[in-house]
Amino acid sequence: MQPLLSVEDLSIGFGSGDPVVRNVSFEVQPGETLALVGESGSGKTVTCRAVLRILPKIAKIHSGKIILRTSNGEQDLSAMPERRMRTVRGDRVSMIFQEPMRSLSPLHKIGNQVSEVLWLHRGQNESQAKKTVLETFERVGFPDPERAYRSYPFEMSGGMRQRAMIAMAMVAKPDLLIADEPTTALDVTTQAQVLGLMKDLQRDTGMAMILVTHDLGVVANMAEQVVVMHKGRVMESGSAEAILRAPAHPYTKQLFDAAPSVPDPVEDAQLPAQEDLILNLKSVNKTYTLRSSSPWKPETLIRACRGVDLALPRGKTLAVVGESGSGKTTAARIALGAEPPDPGGEVWFKPTPDSAPIAVHAMDRTARTAFQRDAQMVFQDPYSSLSPRMRILDAMTEPLEIHQIGNRAEQKEKAASMLRLVGLNPDMLLRFPHAFSGGQRQRLSIARAMMLDPSLIVCDEPTSALDVSVQEQILTLLEEIRDRKGLSYLFISHDLAVVARIADEVAVMRQGLVVEQAPPETLFFNPKHPYTKALIAAQPTPDIDRPINLKLVAQGAGSPDSWSEQFRFTQSVIPSLVELEPGHKVRCHV
Amino acid sequence: MTNLPDGRYVDDAPYDPQASLQQLERADLDAPNWVLVWRKFKTHKLGLISGTFLLICYLLLPFVGFIAPYGPNDRHPDHLFSPPQSIKMFHEGEFLGPFIYPMTSEANLETFQWEFKPDTDNPLKLKFFCEGSTYKLAGLIPSDTHLFCVPEEATLFIWGSDRLGRDVFSRILYGAQLSLTVGLIGITVSFVLGIFFGSLAGYFGGKIDWVINRVIEILRSLPELPLWLALSAAVPSNWSPVAVFFIISVILGILDWPGLARSVRAKFLSLREEEYVRAAEMMGASSGRVIRKHLLPNFMSHLIASATLSIPAMILGETALSFLGLGLRAPAVSWGVMLNDAQNLASIEIYPWTALPMLPIVIVVLAFNFLGDGLRDSLDPYQQ
Repeated sequence: MQPLLSVEDLSIGFGSGDPVVRNVSFEVQPGETLALVGESGSGKTVTCRAVLRILPKIAKIHSGKIILRTSNGEQDLSAMPERRMRTVRGDRVSMIFQEPMRSLSPLHKIGNQVSEVLWLHRGQNESQAKKTVLETFERVGFPDPERAYRSYPFEMSGGMRQRAMIAMAMVAKPDLLIADEPTTALDVTTQAQVLGLMKDLQRDTGMAMILVTHDLGVVANMAEQVVVMHKGRVMESGSAEAILRAPAHPYTKQLFDAAPSVPDPVEDAQLPAQEDLILNLKSVNKTYTLRSSSPWKPETLIRACRGVDLALPRGKTLAVVGESGSGKTTAARIALGAEPPDPGGEVWFKPTPDSAPIAVHAMDRTARTAFQRDAQMVFQDPYSSLSPRMRILDAMTEPLEIHQIGNRAEQKEKAASMLRLVGLNPDMLLRFPHAFSGGQRQRLSIARAMMLDPSLIVCDEPTSALDVSVQEQILTLLEEIRDRKGLSYLFISHDLAVVARIADEVAVMRQGLVVEQAPPETLFFNPKHPYTKALIAAQPTPDIDRPINLKLVAQGAGSPDSWSEQFRFTQSVIPSLVELEPGHKVRCHV
Repeated sequence: MTNLPDGRYVDDAPYDPQASLQQLERADLDAPNWVLVWRKFKTHKLGLISGTFLLICYLLLPFVGFIAPYGPNDRHPDHLFSPPQSIKMFHEGEFLGPFIYPMTSEANLETFQWEFKPDTDNPLKLKFFCEGSTYKLAGLIPSDTHLFCVPEEATLFIWGSDRLGRDVFSRILYGAQLSLTVGLIGITVSFVLGIFFGSLAGYFGGKIDWVINRVIEILRSLPELPLWLALSAAVPSNWSPVAVFFIISVILGILDWPGLARSVRAKFLSLREEEYVRAAEMMGASSGRVIRKHLLPNFMSHLIASATLSIPAMILGETALSFLGLGLRAPAVSWGVMLNDAQNLASIEIYPWTALPMLPIVIVVLAFNFLGDGLRDSLDPYQQ
C-alpha cells in the first residue's frame, strides 16, 4: 500500500547554526497512527511543523522531501507554492496544538472559529456549516452542542477547549491529523478521555494521525508506528509493539525505564509510625472570595481546602495528589505559612524530635526566621525559580546571606558541596542559570533548598515541567537526599505514578477535600474511591497490554454528584473520612 | 544504521546516556544579562547607529565652545539676518582648500531690506585652531582656541545669522547643551519618583496601591500644557538662567513620573509571581532585599528602555515651553529659545534659516526613538 505521507531525509536548521533535525525519514500509512517520541529539544515539533510548513521564519529546510498522497494525487509539500499550501492546511492535513488555552481566539465564539474551516475549504454558507459543526461537536462529546457553538473559549475548561480544537481539526474530515502533545497540558483523567476520543474518531473516519509526545505511556495506548527522536536524529523507528516490548536502542531503553509505572500490588502495606510528626495540619479550611460578575449578585466563595487533616511523620514522605484546582497547592502554601488558613485551622511544626510543636501561623519574628530555615520549598517551574540576573553562586548563597550564616568563603564552600550533592560540577558556580537545561536547573533549585540544612521540604510538582527521563533522575536524587539527610517531604503532584515510588502515604484530593488516604501500595492494590480508581485507570503506562480503562475513568472523573450513592457528595452533604482498615481512609458513607 | 529483522530501524551511532548531566545546554546564554542584551542590540542596525550618534552628541557637549566659531551671544550689527554662507574649495577652477567669500551687505531702498552678496573676488581661507572669542571648556577651563574661524574682517555664518546678527550654527551648538541635558535631568527626577511610587504600589498592593493609582490618574487627567504654563509662570523672573533651567527640567520630570510609575507597577506585579521571588520570600528575605536584589535588577533594562523612549517628550516639552516664551529665557540659549524668534510667519518666509533649530530637534528625537526601540527589542535575550 502507498503511504499517505512520506518524509524523506528531512534536515532543518535555524539560521546558520547546526541543523536541529537531521536526516529524518518516516512514512505514515492511511488510517494509522505514528508517534513521534522524544524529549524537549529533540526536534519532534519542528519535524511535524515542517509537514505543514508552519516553521518559524529563521528555520530553513536544508534537504528532504515531504510527499502527501491523497485523492488529489501526489503532492510535494516541501516544494509547493504558499498559495496552494493553504488549500492543504486545515483541509487535507490539520493540526492540534499543545496549549488549548492559547490556540483558540478569545474574541470569537467557538462555533464561528470551527465553522471557518468549512467556509474556507468547502465554501459552505453559515447554516450549512453550522449543521456540520453541530454534528462534529456532538461527536467530540459536548453535552450541549448548541451551547458550545455559542460560547467563548474562556467559558470552557481545558479539556473542553481541547475537544473544541479536535472538532476544529476534524470538521473538514482531513486525511491526516497532526497532534502536537495534545494532552500534555491536561489532567491525567482528562488526558485519558481526550486520547480515547481521538482514537474513536480515528476509527470512525479512517484518518491517519501523527502524534507528537514525550510520554511512552501515551504511545502504548495510541500508536501503531513509533519514531524515537533525540537531538534531531531518529534513534529507533518501527512498529509500536516491537519497540515497546523490546527496545533496541539504549536511548529508547532509557526512556522506557524512566517512564513512571503503576507499581505491582503488594498485600502487606505498612503504615508509617505516627508518634513523631514533623508537620501536622489540623482541620485546615481555606476560602477565597471571588468578586461577583455584577454588583447585585452575591460574591462567590471558592473553598480551596475543606477540613484537610494531614500528618507527616519525621523522615517520611507524604504525597498530596489531585488535579489542578483540587486545593493541593493551597494546602502546601498553608503548611509553609505563606498563607493563613481560615480561623479554626491549625498547622503544627516540630523542628526536632524533642522540641515542642510550634503553631506555624502564630509565630513571632524570631520563631518565623527559625522556621524559614527549617522548612524549604522546591518549585514547579525550573525556568522561573532561579533569577536570570544572578550567577549560580549568588543564588545559592542567598539563603545563607539572609540568615547571616558564615563568611563569604564558608558560604562558597557550602554551595560547592551542595552542587556535588545534587550531582553537578562545582565549577558551574560562576555560570548563569540560562545556560542550563531544565533538569540541571531543577537540581540547582534542590541544591538551593538544601543550603540551610532544612528538616522539611515541600516539593510543589518538582517534576511536572520536566521530560520523563529527567523526571526519573530527579526523583532518584530526591530519594537519595531524603535518606542521606533524614528529610521529610510534603510532595505535591498530579501524577499518581510519580508519587507511588517516592511516597510513604498518599492523600488524594478532589475539590478541596481529601477523598482517600493510604500508603501507595494499598492505594494501588485496593482503591476504594471511584476518583482514585479513575486516576489509576487513566495513568498511561508504556505497557502495551495495559490499555487505559476508559470506563473506570468516566465513572470516577465526573462531577462528585455522579458518583455512586456511597461516595456522593453535594453542596450540603459531605461524607466524612472513614478509616476502613488501619491506615486506609476513604470519604464515604458507611 | 541497522535494520532489525522485524523492519525496525535502529541508529547505531555511539550514545552515552550520562553525557548530558555535566554539559551546558545553552553555553551561548552563559553570560551576564548586559552582554546578552548587547549581543542582540548589535543586530538592530538603526538603534545602533542612533545610539552611537547620541553618544557622540553627548560627548561633544562640553566642547561646543571649541567647535563653534562664535560665542552664543556675539552680535554682528552689520550682518542682521545674513543668509547661510557655504564653504568652498575651488576658486575660479583653482583648488584653494576650504575658503569663503566674505559677505557684503547693502540696503535695498525699494524693499527696505538688507541685501547680502558674496564678494567673489576676494576668497578668504579658513584658519584652523585659531584664536577667537573666549569661552570656557566644559564650563571650567577658559580658552580661546577654536576649531576654525575666518580673518577678522569677514564673518562666517554657515547656517546664517538671526535678527541680532548672532551665528545660528554656534547658537544651535550652545543650545544643544541645555536642550539635550534637560531631558536627562527630567528623566532622573521622573525615574526616582516613578520607581519609588511604582514599586510601593506594585509590591505592597492593597491600600497603598489604591492611593498611588488614584494620584496617578488625577495627575494624568490634568491638561498638560496649561499645567506646564502655570508652573513655569510661577518661576520668579529674576532667577538666573541656570536656576530657571533646573527648575524647568524638574517640572518636566514631576509631570512625567506617573507614566513610568505605572509601568514599574505593572512589571512588579508580573515579576512578583515569578518563582524566584517567591523562593526568596520563603527563605525569609525582607521586602527591601527582595525589591533590591530580585525585582529591580530584573526590570532595570525595561526601565532604561522606557526612559529612553520618554526623553524625547522632555526635549519636546522644553522646546514647546521655551517657544511660548515660558521656559528658558534669554540670555540662556536652547533650541526652543531660538525657535521663539521664528514665531513670526513673515520672518520664516523671508529668513527660512531662523527655523533651522527644528532640524536638530527632529534628528535627536528620532534618534532617541530608534535607540529606545532597539533597546526594547533586545531586552529579553533569553528567547531565540
